[in-house]
Amino acid sequence: MILPGFPDAQPVGGLVGGLMIGASAAMMLLGLGRIAGVSGLFARAIRIEESATPWAIAALFVAGLVLGGALFAGIAGPIKAHYPPGFGWLIAGGLLVGFGTRLGSGCTSGHGVCGMSRLSPRSLAAVATFIASGMVTVAIVNAMGGGW
Amino acid sequence: MRWFVALLSGTLFGAGLALSGMMDPARVRGFLDILGAWDPTLAFVMGGAVIVMAGAWAIQRRMAGPALDAAFQLPGTKKLDARLIGGSALFGAGWGLAGLCPGPGIASLTTSPIPAATFVVAMIAGMALYAALPSNRKD
Repeated sequence: MILPGFPDAQPVGGLVGGLMIGASAAMMLLGLGRIAGVSGLFARAIRIEESATPWAIAALFVAGLVLGGALFAGIAGPIKAHYPPGFGWLIAGGLLVGFGTRLGSGCTSGHGVCGMSRLSPRSLAAVATFIASGMVTVAIVNAMGGGW
Repeated sequence: MRWFVALLSGTLFGAGLALSGMMDPARVRGFLDILGAWDPTLAFVMGGAVIVMAGAWAIQRRMAGPALDAAFQLPGTKKLDARLIGGSALFGAGWGLAGLCPGPGIASLTTSPIPAATFVVAMIAGMALYAALPSNRKD
């Protein structure tokens, strides 16, 4: 399906993938009583952060993320992924994402998927902030001729 | 059983990211590029996930505890503070620079190993830097 005005958008795949992500987060919440926040579970899995979540739970969730991407590619074929040129964007981006998600206590999954659906004021503020910041960053990079 | 659910949940999350196109940094960047060729796909992903989770929260409120564990371990803080906003602003900037947030970065480790590992190692360094700040040290 093509979204009028947005020929490159992938609304059906996006929605179905989103439903799967929601089901994954619902399993963590209703089964294990925890927020499926990737940055927090990852920080726990690599033992950078202490939390109430047992290490094995965090490590298995993170291992599952890798497995899920690999399985999907194995079944459906190579995943289309266009990366920024060179390593500079990835290194600068990774540093900011790592530091920022710990300072701000969450990322797109914890604040976005889990917090927004709970109408958490903190998460709504966090999501508005990181989307606005991402949009400003992309606009600045493009204005400086660094778009990719 | 708890371990199996954690692994299955992660796997479903990773496959959902792959199906939704969120493992393509250019597509994520496209969502943030509102002044350019805007790609709304990420809004459909977030919408689908939030709909399911809104239902899950409605069920959660009627449950005394989670199905497989002793008690819910949920964030209780309500305070909007500078750490939340500052951290989210830094995260958003990194998200815009790389086109990746933590989930897709980790899920891409076998499908785009070199760039994904570059991002993930830098993310670990950023987390370690935060943990090493004098105010955050636990030792």
